[in-house]
Amino acid sequence: MNTGELIEKSNQYRQKILKYIVGANAGHTGGSLSSIDIINVLYNDVLKVSPETFASPDRDRYIQSKGHCVEALFVVLADVGFFPEDDLNTLCQYKSHYIGHPTRKVKGVEQNTGALGHGLPLAVGTAIAAKLDEKDYRVFTLLGDGELPEGSNWEAALTGAHYKLDNLCAIIDKNTLQISGPTAEVCNTDPVDTKFESFGWAVKHVDGNDIKALQEAFSSLPFEKGKPNLIIAHTVKGKGVSFMENQVSWHHGVPNQEQYAQAIEELTAAANN
Amino acid sequence: MGNHIEITADNAKANLEVFSSTLQELAENDRDILAVTSDSRGSGKLVPFAKKYPKQIIEVGIAEQVLVGVAAGLASTGKKTFAVSPACFLAARSFEQIKNDVAYSDNPVKLIGISAGVSYGALGSTHHSLHDYAALRAINNLIIVAPADNFETAEAIRQASQINKPFYLRFGKKPMPLLTEDKENTFEFGKGRVIAKGKDLAIIATGETVYPALQAAKKLKSEHNIEVTVVSMHTIKPLDYNLLKSLANEVGAIITVEEHSVYGGLGEACASFLLENQFHKPFKIVGIPDEYTVTGSQTEILNHYGISEEGLTKTALELIKKT
Repeated sequence: MNTGELIEKSNQYRQKILKYIVGANAGHTGGSLSSIDIINVLYNDVLKVSPETFASPDRDRYIQSKGHCVEALFVVLADVGFFPEDDLNTLCQYKSHYIGHPTRKVKGVEQNTGALGHGLPLAVGTAIAAKLDEKDYRVFTLLGDGELPEGSNWEAALTGAHYKLDNLCAIIDKNTLQISGPTAEVCNTDPVDTKFESFGWAVKHVDGNDIKALQEAFSSLPFEKGKPNLIIAHTVKGKGVSFMENQVSWHHGVPNQEQYAQAIEELTAAANN
Repeated sequence: MGNHIEITADNAKANLEVFSSTLQELAENDRDILAVTSDSRGSGKLVPFAKKYPKQIIEVGIAEQVLVGVAAGLASTGKKTFAVSPACFLAARSFEQIKNDVAYSDNPVKLIGISAGVSYGALGSTHHSLHDYAALRAINNLIIVAPADNFETAEAIRQASQINKPFYLRFGKKPMPLLTEDKENTFEFGKGRVIAKGKDLAIIATGETVYPALQAAKKLKSEHNIEVTVVSMHTIKPLDYNLLKSLANEVGAIITVEEHSVYGGLGEACASFLLENQFHKPFKIVGIPDEYTVTGSQTEILNHYGISEEGLTKTALELIKKT
């Protein structure tokens, strides 16, 4: 998919994220909007995985550590054909498989996540398996910047470097806000880059809401032979909807009908520009 | 099968050693067998395994959370993954990884809790695992097993390696004599093994406590003419309800024994089943009481709390009076 098509996709995905969050009357709006460009580029341009190849041992793996932004994942999985999009009308409804975090009951989901600090260790294990089997599949995991204080991430950062996992790519959705406020004020994890570099990772910064920049970053993997890769994706929480951008209150805020209409109007206008 | 181990009555080993040699036996023909360790290859008796199959051991250092997370990732690709760490840390430090990455995600990791119960003796409570059954029983999709002797250990490891489900298997480091030489007394997960049969009392024990239960049963017979059924309830979950039901119909009283807190383990699992099914008979849970555990070697601690031939005999005589 070319850059222009991917940009169109992101706009459509943003509208769908809002639609299903409004339908469910629940969801993680801000983070889904900050991370959607990353997930879009992964599934439509980077990952060697499809509904047909999902059972293949050679597929690329994507594990969403920031599981709460499941709406972004589900709209992309539906769009690439893992399940009918209409299923998302049941999101968070009684007896639905489509719960508020990724679950393997939904086709296309690699691991059940939701508790933070779990994606990176799982991804490290999966990437070690690829090395043991001399397979060339790659493993991607998306973390939120707010989950970095979880100690298991740093255990996994050590392990990933120890095993020289250049087939592993972690992406941090660095939208700089978490539920209690700015991440730098809640528990400052900066400078993230030099921390990971000192652990033995190869690190790149990218504008995580710039499709072309994301494509370029992913296409240059591995950044350095023998080192696990980290992409620090600088994003805007609530990206694409003016009144949601950079507002902590939209972490898991659900738009009312008026706000929803305004958001769709803004996104439609952006798509037509 | 050059590594195949012969288990006889004369060569009692620690179950932990049998775990290691069985894993080595399996690895000989299957390169998907992996041991993941947290600086625990020595305590897990895995040094020979690591020497023989260096590509089949994944060391993560002293880091139990990533131990289990990495093991789950490996298992998700089809690797037969054994995550080996002292039970005290495995069932506590990495509890959330067990809950989410193994059980909930259905990644078929075999969690191996080594030096379990009070095996570490005088090292104290940080190193005791008296909580693992209780904590792990509350997690859906996890089979919990405490083999009693070398035979049960080897069978549990062989069979678990062929079952695509998450397991927690718990081992101590004391040499464990064979419970029976009856070759027809086989091992199957979820089915308690009846080691001795008697109508007066049943002692349902698990792990290393089955042996003293058996010793007590022999003493009760020879000195008091009390006939005791002894069960090795190796699978704590799923519990063998059919066997429990038939025991409740056949014997006068029931004692459960475990190297675990009296809260939340085998005893309470049996008690809830019996009560919910209207079996009301003299019943006693023997385990470690809810207190700061006394200092001592494993044997001294177990003796102190009556998990011994003498202690169980005494408990049995007191309980029998109530029948």
